[in-house]
Amino acid sequence: MQSTRRSRLVNRVLFYLAMSGAAAAGETAAVDAPALERLVRQDCGSCHGLTLKGGLGPDIRPDALAHYDADTLSAVILDGVPGTPMPPWRPLLTQPEVDWIVTYLLNGDTR
Amino acid sequence: MKRFVLAAMASLTLWVPALAQSTGDLGLVVERASGSLLVVDQSERARIGRITGLGDLSHASLVYSPDERFAYVFGRDGGLTKVDILEQSIVKRVMQAGNSIGGAISDDGLYVAVSNYEPGGVRVFDAETLDLVADIPTGSKTIGLVDVPGTRFVFSLWDTGETWIADLSGATPQITRIAGMGANPYDALVTPDGRTYIAGLFGDDRLTALDLWQDPPTPQPILQGYAADREGLPVYKMPHLEGWALAGGEFVLPAVGQHEVLWVDARSLRETGRTATHGQPVFAIARPDGRHVWVNFAHPDNDTIQVIDTMTKQVVHEFKPGPGVLHMEFTPRGHEVWLSVRDAGKVMVYDTETFEKLREIDAESPSGIFFTARAHRTGL
Repeated sequence: MQSTRRSRLVNRVLFYLAMSGAAAAGETAAVDAPALERLVRQDCGSCHGLTLKGGLGPDIRPDALAHYDADTLSAVILDGVPGTPMPPWRPLLTQPEVDWIVTYLLNGDTR
Repeated sequence: MKRFVLAAMASLTLWVPALAQSTGDLGLVVERASGSLLVVDQSERARIGRITGLGDLSHASLVYSPDERFAYVFGRDGGLTKVDILEQSIVKRVMQAGNSIGGAISDDGLYVAVSNYEPGGVRVFDAETLDLVADIPTGSKTIGLVDVPGTRFVFSLWDTGETWIADLSGATPQITRIAGMGANPYDALVTPDGRTYIAGLFGDDRLTALDLWQDPPTPQPILQGYAADREGLPVYKMPHLEGWALAGGEFVLPAVGQHEVLWVDARSLRETGRTATHGQPVFAIARPDGRHVWVNFAHPDNDTIQVIDTMTKQVVHEFKPGPGVLHMEFTPRGHEVWLSVRDAGKVMVYDTETFEKLREIDAESPSGIFFTARAHRTGL
């Protein structure tokens, strides 16, 4: 519990750093955050559930993902998991978009 | 209340109006994000009310009581909710599992069954009270639940590739297990006569049919190797199989990982053709007369509909209703079709002969559309 809370805090700090870094680098236009959030909820949600608590695919809420690092999650999203229904999203998403999704999943809905 | 007063007044006179409201042309539209249902009138092409408080309705479906007054709504969050269409209210709601995927109502209207991912299995409830009648754990994510004649339910096991038949006609449920259906059945359908059950497979390059008139039924592979020697495309949404697949004398079935629908002779179960489509099909639904098949598609092609002529197997019409076309429901005789266009926040009504748009109805993230005529169809 403690480690989960700490890692969420760390993730949140990283999230703000990432956001401020992106803003400083002028990259905020690179991703359409509302569209990506809708994609996560609606399209990832068709297997993982609209609330991301799981369905055919597993629970992908922050607590369930806390023990994965961002690179692992990024690789899973980009290349899928062979032998399972998790498809590769590389044909549809850019690296900055996947980075945004990974941060979003690790931190939950921060609005 | 007003009705009661009216009835009392009417009873004082010789002329007594019929006050019961009929439900035969009503329906419900799932509003997946807000956990509500729109009550719609198919003849008026209008929404006439909203029922709220149904929880997580992503991937929700519902079935109707035989009198078309009540609906049983199966939510992703494991909620089973009984709603009254006339009162536009929730009658009862139970949380029956952690994570569920669909349900069915028995031919006699006495039992409602729900298939669950977590804990894996089927639970059967009294349709009147929603009291638990039978718990059938399967140890697997359980999908493709349908009702068939004889107060039986049929469903399949994602993890073990089995199909089970649960007979509820006696005092205790009798279970028949059929192994060897194939790897990872993701959904299934049954024909309107309740005879042929077809499971779609994610893990094998074919589908599997059962003749439920056999005792016991034996799995029969169909469309073996339909994607052989072709690269499987990423599957961004599992297709749906529904009892609307019969078009003329053929089934039309969505391919997994391919941009096509597959045609199978309904008697011999042999392939009769393929039609290349705009994207990966999610629903391939025959208009009730069977002459046309309407197809929608998985992300990122889910803004498009194609209409295929059953005689020629050619696409005869293609259009883009809007972003996120999730479901289609024909009027019972097929003269109109209602489409839910999730990201436009609209239900759109089309003429199925001229393809003219007749009406748009506002809805919040609409998904499944269900007309009450389903009450009288096996397997829906």
